[in-house]
Parts: sequence; C-alpha cells; structure tokens
Amino acid sequence: MAVNTTIDPDEVAKFEAMAAEWWDTEGKFKPLHMLNPTRLDYIVDQICAEFDRDPTQPKPFDGLRLLDIGCGGGLLSEPMARLGATVVGADAAAGNIPVAQIHAEQSGLKIDYRNCTAESLAADGEKFDIVLNMEVVEHVADPLAYLTACQQLLKSNGLMICSTINRNPKSFLMTIIGAEYIMRWLPKGTHEYDKFITPDELVSLITNAGLQNVDRKGFVFNPLTWGWSISDRDLSVNYVTASVKAG
Amino acid sequence: MGMNSNITIVGGGLNGCALALACAQVGFQVILLDQSRAQTQKSENFDGRAYALALTTVRMLRALDLWDSVAQHAQPILDIKVSDGRAGDGASPYYLHFDHRELDEGPMGHMLEDRYLRIALMDQMETHKNISYFPETKVVDQIQNAGAIQVVLDDGRQIKTQLLVGCDGRQSGVATRAGIKRSGWDYDQASLVCAIEHALPHNGIAHQFFTPSGPLAILPLTGNRSSIVWTEQKTRAVEISQMDSSEYLDCLRPVFGNFLGDIKLAGDRFMYPLGLSLAQQFVMPHVALVGDAAHGIHPLAGQGLNLGLRDVGALAETLANAKRRGEDIGALNVLQRYQSWRRFDATGMAVATDSINRIFSNDNGLLRTIRDLGLGAVNAMPNTRRGFMRHAAGLSGNLPKLMQGRQI
Repeated sequence: MAVNTTIDPDEVAKFEAMAAEWWDTEGKFKPLHMLNPTRLDYIVDQICAEFDRDPTQPKPFDGLRLLDIGCGGGLLSEPMARLGATVVGADAAAGNIPVAQIHAEQSGLKIDYRNCTAESLAADGEKFDIVLNMEVVEHVADPLAYLTACQQLLKSNGLMICSTINRNPKSFLMTIIGAEYIMRWLPKGTHEYDKFITPDELVSLITNAGLQNVDRKGFVFNPLTWGWSISDRDLSVNYVTASVKAG
Repeated sequence: MGMNSNITIVGGGLNGCALALACAQVGFQVILLDQSRAQTQKSENFDGRAYALALTTVRMLRALDLWDSVAQHAQPILDIKVSDGRAGDGASPYYLHFDHRELDEGPMGHMLEDRYLRIALMDQMETHKNISYFPETKVVDQIQNAGAIQVVLDDGRQIKTQLLVGCDGRQSGVATRAGIKRSGWDYDQASLVCAIEHALPHNGIAHQFFTPSGPLAILPLTGNRSSIVWTEQKTRAVEISQMDSSEYLDCLRPVFGNFLGDIKLAGDRFMYPLGLSLAQQFVMPHVALVGDAAHGIHPLAGQGLNLGLRDVGALAETLANAKRRGEDIGALNVLQRYQSWRRFDATGMAVATDSINRIFSNDNGLLRTIRDLGLGAVNAMPNTRRGFMRHAAGLSGNLPKLMQGRQI
C-alpha cells in the first residue's frame, strides 16, 4: 500500500519511529495507554446507548461520522475506525498527523487525519454524529468559544464526550506533582492548574455552548491494582461527561 | 497466495479447537492449522485416553454448546479417595475422602474419553462459518510486522493475522520462532496411561494412591471401565511399556489391588515422560501461548486440560473485551491482560503439583508418617477438605465467564 499523503520519503523513517513511540504501551505514552481501555469503555457505552448500537456486532459504528479532537498518534481514532465509524482525526500539532497516518496504514485502517482545529472545522461547516473531546478543554485559551465550536460541529441529536481534570488540591497533587514531577509520566508544564475545570463549571460551559449534558462519571486511578476504572461518584481528579445537541 | 484472519491458531488439539470455537462465537474470523489429518482427529476408535473434566470445564463445554453431544458418554465422579499406599501394604488407614455431597454444585467432575470430546469439537468447528480449518498443514515461518504477523505455511501459502496463538504443546514452534525461552526440568518419571475393564463396578469413585515410585490414579469411565494414570520411575516405565499385555497386567495388578475384581486392558497403552516446562512469557506483540505451550505441568492432579481450557476461556474473554472497545487484539497491552490473568494460576498449579509429587514419591519412613498424619488431619477438617475439593473442581479463583457457564 502506498502512503496516500504528501510525506517526504526521507521523513517516513522518522515518522515511523515516532509512531512506534506513540504506540509503545510500555513507553513514553504508557499513562495514556493505561487509561485508554477505560476511556474506550465509556465512549463505546455512550455511543451504543445514544445511537442504539449493539457492540457485539462486527462494525457497530457503521454509518456514524466521528471527530477525534487532539487525536495525537490516533489512540482513540483507530479503535473508533475499527468499530466501523468514519473518523476524522484533528490535531493542532502538525507533527502528529503523518505519525498517525503511518500507524493507521500499518493497522490497515482508513482515517482522515487533518492538521486543524475544532474552530476551523466548524468554520468550514463540517458536521459529525459524534465529537470526542478528550483531555483537550484544559489546554485551550477560551473554553466557552471552543465548546461552542464543538456544538456547531454536531449534527442535531449528535453526541459529544468530553473529559478533563477537576480543580482541587487532590487533582493538583495527583496530576501535577504526581504525574509530572514524581512519576515523570508527563513532561513538566503539561498542565496548568488554573485551567483545570470543576464538573459543575464544565456542565455550565457545555450548557452555555448550547448542549444538554446527560451523564458524568469519574475516571479513578487505583494505585493498588495500578489501573483505571469508571466511578459514578468519584469525580475528584479525572472525569468525563456526555452531552447531546437537542434535535 | 495470501489470506487474512483475525486469529490464527497453531495446533488442532482440544485447546486449539476450543479456542477456535470460543473466538468464532464472539465474531472473530479464525484459521486453525493442524499437522494431523482430519480423519485421525475424527477417529471413533477408543485409544485409551480420557480426561478428568473439572466442574468448571463442564460448564465451559455447556457454554460452547458441546456438552449435550458428549454428556451421555461422561461418567460423573461422585467420590475421590486419596491415600498413601505402598505396594503390598494396601492403603494407609489415614486417607482423604472427598464426597461430592459436601459440595453444593453436584459431581466434582466427569471422566470423558478423548474420542468423544475430540469428535464433538471437530463437528462444531467444521460447521462454524467463522472458522477455516487446515489439516495436514505445517507452519515454517512467522514474520513480525508492524500491526500484524505473517505466517508462512509449508505449501508456500501465507496468512496475515492480527494474533497468532500457539496451542502447539511443550515444544511449541510458535514460542520458539517468537524467541520465547522456556524453563523447567524433567522428572525421572513417566506416566503409563491406559483404560481397563474390571469385573466389579467402580460406583463413580476415583482413587489416587501415592506409591513410592509415583502416584497411581484410577478414574471411573462409563460401564465397568476405568482410566489408569500410573506413574513409575522412568527406566521402569520404559521397561513396562515394552512388555506385552499380559506381562503389563501382571505388573499393574499388585499396584492396583483387587478391589475391582479381575482386570484386563480396554484400549491402547501410552507412555508420557514427565517434566515441567514453563514459557517465560505467555505473550509477545501479536503472539499468545495457550495450554502446554505456556505451561506443561506434571499431570498429577489431572489438571492439564482443565488449566488449558481456563487459558482458552481467559484469552477468548480478553480478546472479546478488546474487540468491543475497538482495540488491536494483537497489541501487547491487550495480551498482557491475558498473561496476568493466567500466569499466577498456571505457575501456582505447576509448583503445587511439583511439590506434592516430591513429597509423596518417596519411601522415607518419616515422610510417610508425616504425610499419613497430614492426610488424616486434612480429612478430619471439613473446611480444609472442601477447599481442596473446590480448587480441584476449578471453583476457586477469578473464573473466565465461559467457565461460569456464561456467554462472553
């Protein structure tokens, strides 16, 4: 299969190495790989419930157009494509795009990766059944403007899933001191405490953006089992919401 | 010619066939490669081999829709008597007695002849639309690519697959080609396996005698027949296996005793050298090992097949969960979930059967007294005894859904 992009052949080896790095489950992105199954469980459940799909079928998301904002190496885009969704992966960092493209090709998946932002896609009039907005909102300058763009990107009855980090002393300790300084899971400066958002703040931003929030859950890290799980009650650090655009 | 599949299984034994079925039933496209001829696999002649199926294994066969076609041939094990016997002495008075009436779940297990289980599996597998079965096929190479593995067959055909599973035994070619090292050792023992007919009924009672040369298991089959697993020092076992049938029985009778009346052979005889063989990893990217390919253990407690099928249940469930999330089923982090689920159980069983064998295969008078007292003490404590029974019946631990009799 020829690489269907405009990647300079000299750069391919470099991008292949970067793709291998993104997808090395024991490497630099290990924390993301550890969280991924739990995020996917939530996403799959919400999409199946909202669009009445059976997850045991071969391609349950057939016919659904999905946008993955901040797609990185494609850790969420690829599973969504494998489940049958028509996927657009958007990333503001241009370097991620060829990396994600090369890996999708190695996995035998067709994914439309673009170097663009939610705002530019909205300005182009793009529409999706599902917008995945995972661990992005805590990095943007104007959350309301950003969430409004996400709302515009949704078809009516469309679904947005948005995860982020709560703002309190515990989340500060866990994500900045723990993950960045002690475990060195994330580069220092990945997160700014002031940009963290409480669940109530996020829900009112989502409402102001014109969406109806229908669910919120916690992603909880258990240091004993060294794994993540979904919690109905503990939204104290990482949490996720599901919202719909009224038809 | 190139072919594609989600899962390619090497080895068409019971584990390979059961895994093919379990994966096909949750929607994977499966290719099963086997060196043997299909006719050999479907032979209806009784060759003397039989399995002790734990309660959970029976539940799994039920969940895979296999139990109904073999149930009529299965002999329930109602009691298990374990004792320390020395040839000529008869059994020690301090023996362990496991009675199924102490368990809520019914019989502790069933004995089933290999031929019935094999044919039932082959029939189900051949008719399943998601399974392609290639008999008389050898793998000559496996090439790891990004995102998949390329399997090269002896006739030049190639298969591109997301996951290659080795169900190919202790000398697993899949493991060797993947560069997975093994550790373990040989015991200076071999098991003689055969079926016998006896004059008196066995009443569904299984016996395990620990003799100085090794354990002897007498396991009830349907009718007045039993399956024998008779373990001896290796040189002695080789000697016995080369004898003709009447000499063979002359050696067996004094060990066996006469509690079932006169005995004669009811099938072929087999000999298996005993050894422990553990793969250092059960998984690599796009590769997984199941059953003896991952952990060949001393067949003492009859746990080999039960352990292998637990692997099958755990791997099929892990893969089904990954598929539901859209994950790459060959990704190392997915396969590690299977490994961490199974490794403790398999290694624990290997160590347990190894040390039981070392304590019991010994004619030291002091050890004999200690183990007599130990067995008597365990027998006197209903809770401990029930714990052993539940473990041997496969009821303890984190059970795969199939082994709880549930669909994945």
